[in-house]
Amino acid sequence: METLRTLPGDDVRQIMWRFADRYDIQMALQSARSLARTLVARLVAEGARNTHEWTDHKAQLLEAFDTSGLTALFMEPHQGGFIEGPKNLALALVAFELSWVDAGAATCSLATNLALAPIHERGTQEQRDYYMSNCVPPQPGEDRKIFRGAFALTEPLPYVGVETNTLVGKVRVAEWEDGKEPMLQVDKRGRFITGMDFANFATCAVDTDDPRIKTSCIVIVEDTDEGLFDRGAPTLKMVHQLSSTRDPVFNLKVPASRIVGGYTVKDGVIVPNYTHSEIIGAVFHRTRVPVALMSTAKLLSAVEPVIRYQRQRYRGGDAVAGTPKYDLGIQQKPDAVLRLADIWATGEAGASLGFETARLFDQLDPTEKAKDKIMAERGVVGPKSQLSALRKVEKLAIEYLALESMPEDKRDAARFQELGEDTLVRYVLLESLANILCPACKLWNTGHGATVMRESLALMGGYGITEDCPGFLFHKWADTQLEATYEGPEAVQRRQLSITMTNEVFLAKLRIWIDQFTLLAQEKPETGAGIVAKAMELWLWTLEFLHRAKDPSGARLYHNRRQNVTFPMADALCWIMASRCQVADLLELAEKGPENPIVAEGLEGTLGFLSDLSMVQAARAAGECARICATMVNGFGPQDEAELTAFDKLRSQLDRSLSGAALAKDRAGYALTQVMIPEALDYPM
Amino acid sequence: MSVGYHIVVCGGIVPDPLQTLEPVKGPAGWGLKNELMLPAILDPWAGHALFEAANLAKSAPGSKVWLVSMGPKAKLQQVMMTIAQKVPFELVVLDGPAGGFVEAHEVGTALAEAIEALPGLDKSKLLVFGGWQSASRGAGATMQIVGEKLGIFDQFQGVDKLEARADGTMRILERVEGGSYQESVVAGPPAVLGWATGELPEPPNNPQVGMQNMRLVMPALQKAKPVKIDGGPEYAKVEIPSQKRETRIVKDTPSEVIAKEIIDWLGA
Repeated sequence: METLRTLPGDDVRQIMWRFADRYDIQMALQSARSLARTLVARLVAEGARNTHEWTDHKAQLLEAFDTSGLTALFMEPHQGGFIEGPKNLALALVAFELSWVDAGAATCSLATNLALAPIHERGTQEQRDYYMSNCVPPQPGEDRKIFRGAFALTEPLPYVGVETNTLVGKVRVAEWEDGKEPMLQVDKRGRFITGMDFANFATCAVDTDDPRIKTSCIVIVEDTDEGLFDRGAPTLKMVHQLSSTRDPVFNLKVPASRIVGGYTVKDGVIVPNYTHSEIIGAVFHRTRVPVALMSTAKLLSAVEPVIRYQRQRYRGGDAVAGTPKYDLGIQQKPDAVLRLADIWATGEAGASLGFETARLFDQLDPTEKAKDKIMAERGVVGPKSQLSALRKVEKLAIEYLALESMPEDKRDAARFQELGEDTLVRYVLLESLANILCPACKLWNTGHGATVMRESLALMGGYGITEDCPGFLFHKWADTQLEATYEGPEAVQRRQLSITMTNEVFLAKLRIWIDQFTLLAQEKPETGAGIVAKAMELWLWTLEFLHRAKDPSGARLYHNRRQNVTFPMADALCWIMASRCQVADLLELAEKGPENPIVAEGLEGTLGFLSDLSMVQAARAAGECARICATMVNGFGPQDEAELTAFDKLRSQLDRSLSGAALAKDRAGYALTQVMIPEALDYPM
Repeated sequence: MSVGYHIVVCGGIVPDPLQTLEPVKGPAGWGLKNELMLPAILDPWAGHALFEAANLAKSAPGSKVWLVSMGPKAKLQQVMMTIAQKVPFELVVLDGPAGGFVEAHEVGTALAEAIEALPGLDKSKLLVFGGWQSASRGAGATMQIVGEKLGIFDQFQGVDKLEARADGTMRILERVEGGSYQESVVAGPPAVLGWATGELPEPPNNPQVGMQNMRLVMPALQKAKPVKIDGGPEYAKVEIPSQKRETRIVKDTPSEVIAKEIIDWLGA
C-alpha cells in the first residue's frame, strides 16, 4: 500500500491552504522562510533570547524585515507594498513561517502592523496613506527615516486587565483656539507594549477626561510630539524574547487630527468618529488569526525534529546497521509514532482552521467596506443602529442558505441570485462565520496547541528539556503559553463564542454542514466526515437542550453568566470547527492534487496519510465534544427521561461512527516510520 | 564607455541538498527517488552566474538578463518564487528533465537552440553565463557545448571575477591549480563564462523585483515547450557512494590534539 513518501511540501500546502494561484503570497512566504531559517535561527541558537533587553543583536531583525520585504507586506502598492487587496492570508502565512523557527520574531515582524491596524481599519484616508507610506522602507534615492509603531491598548498598571472597556489612558483638550485645530493632551501608561524599543509612533487607546471630548478614542502619538515619550522599563518576560516589550509612559500634546478615523465638532464638543472599542473590535477581529497560527506552526515544525531524534536515538552503541533498532530507533516500538501522529493531527487541524479563517477575512474585508458604504448612504450611523439594521438581514441570509442547500433544479433561481448579489446578505453570512472561526482558532490553536506542544517535548526522550533540544522545541512550548494569552486571553475568546455561537445564521449553516458531512461520510468515510457530522449533531442538540432545560433550582442552563455551561460548549465547538476545516482541506487536495504534477506523484500516499490524520483528529474531537455534551446534559440533572433517551441515542450513534478510527491511527503511525525526512534540520540547534 | 550586454544565464534546478538523493530506475530511465516531491533550488553554480549577471547588467545601462532553464515547469515555478525576488531577469523555460542523468550534449543543444530563438537577442552583445559545474552532476561540459553550438569560441571556465573595463574589454579570472587564477583579457562579447563561485553573495529577497519578474515568469511557464531528450548513455547500475565512518569516542581530548589529527589526516 502506498504511504507517505516525504513530508508534505509547498505544493501540497498551497493547494490545501488555497494559495496555489497567488504568486505574490508564495513569494512573501519564501522571503519569510529564508529569513526565519537563517538570521532568526542564528539569533536563537546564539542565545539572543537570554536577555529582556532589546540589543543590537536582536535589532538585526528589523533591517532583515525591511530588506526581505516583510515590512511592506501590510501596505497597498500605492503605499509601497506589493500585494493588492486584503492581506489576511498573506500575513497569516508569514507569521506561520517565522514562527516555524521563532514566534518572537514573528511578533516583532507584526508589531508595526498591529500599530497600523487601527489606522488601516478605521483611519482616515490621509492617516492611512501617511503612516503606511512612512512605514515602508525608503526606496533607493529616498532620504527619510522609516516609521515603526507600537500599539498601546488598555492594560493598566500595576495589574493587567482583560476588560477592553477599562481604559486608564486619558485624553483632554490642551488648547483650543478659535478657528484652529484643537490640541489634545494624551496621558497614557502602557504595559507589555510590543515594539516599544524602536517605535517612533504609537496608537493609544484613551478615554475622555474632558467634557469637550465626547467618547473614548484611539490617538496616534509620535516621539517628536511635545511632552514625554518615555519607552519605559523592559518587560521581564520569559517568552517571545526576540520581540521588544516595554511599559511606556506617554504624556504628549498632539493635534486632534491624530484621532484615528477623525472627528466632528458638535455643539463645541469633539466627537470622535469611532470609539476605541469600535476600532479594537475591528482590529482584533483580524489580528488574532496570525497568532493562532503561530502556535500551530510550532506543532507542525516539531514533526521533523522529533522523527529525526527518534530514529537516531539508538544509532551507534551496539545497534547493528540494517537492524530495526538501528534504522528506526525508538520508532521500532509504535508508541512514539502514535503520539507523534496525534501531534501532527492537531497541527493539521489547527492550520486548516486558522487558514480558513484568514481566507474568510480576505472575503469579509471588501464586503465590510461595501456594507459600511451602504449603511452610510442609508443614514445608519453607529454600531448599535447598524446591528439593528443587520438583524433584519439575518432572515434573508437564512433564506439564502436554505436555497443554497437545495438541489439546483428545485430552488427558486431568481431569488437565489437576488439574495446572492445582496451585499448585506453576503456580509451577514461571512460575519456570522468569522465571529465563530476567529475566536475558535485563537482559543483552540493556542490553548489546546500548548498542551499538545508539551507532548512533542516529551517525545524528545533522552534530550528532555535541554538547550540543545533540536528545533528549539522548548522555546516553542514556552512561547505557546503566551500566545494563548495575548490578543485576548482564553476567557475572552470563550466569552465571544458563547454569544456568537447562538446566532441563527451560524446555526443554519451548521445544519447544512451536518447534512453535507453525513452525505460525504457515505462517499468518503476515510476522511472522518461521518464522525464530524455526528459530533456537530450532538453539539447542536445539546445547545438546543441547554436553551430549554433548567437545573433543579429552576434556573436556566444557557445563560450569559453561567460560564460552566457556555464556556465548555464553546470549547466543544472549537474542536468540531477544527476537524470540519481539516476535512475540507483534505477534499481540496483530493480534487486539485491530480492537476499538479508534483503533487500527483505520491498523491495516493499523501492523501491516505492525511486522511488517517483527519480521522484520528475527528475521533478525538468527537470524544471531547461527547464528553462535554454528556456533562452538560447529565451534569445539571436530573433531567427529563425523554430528553436523556434522545441524547443517549445520539451519543451512541456518535460512538458507532468511530469505527475504523484506531486503525487509521495505526496506519498513520506506520507511515511515520517510513516517511523520508531531510538528512539535517535546515536550521541550527 | 558603457556597453549594454545581452546576458543569457543557463541554470537548472536541483533537489535541495539537505536530502539523500537515492538513485532509482523508473519507466523513463534513471532518476532520483521522490525527486519531484522534494524541494528544489536553483543549481547553486548557476545561482552565482545569475547574481553576477544581474550585477553586471546593473552597472552597464541598456543590458538585459535572460535566465534559460530546463526542468519540469511545475518545479521551476516553485523555485522562481524565491529566485525571482533576487534579481531582475526574463525567464525562458524548457520543460524537460532536470536530473543528473541527462547527457550534457543533449542539454547543451537544447539550451543553445533556445538562446538562438530569443527574440531581440543581439549576438554581438551576447555573454552566455552558467555554472562551471552542477550540483546535479558535474559533467563540466554543458557550457562549453552551448558555446560551440552558438559559435562562441571565447570561453572561460571556473570564473570567479569578471571586470568590464571602460574600453569595452573584459578582464576575467579563472580558477587554476593551487588556489591561483589565470588572468585573461577578452576584447568583449560574445563570450561564454562558466562561473565558479564568483564574488557576490546571494542578494536579499526583494518582493518588488519579484512582482515585476513574475509578471513575465508566469506566462513564460505557461507557454513552455516540452523538450524531449533522446539518447545519452545507458547506466548499468547507479548507487550512492557508501559512507565510511570510523568514529572514535575519546573523552576529554584537547582541541589541539583533535586539530593535529585532522591536519595529519589531510596530509596523509
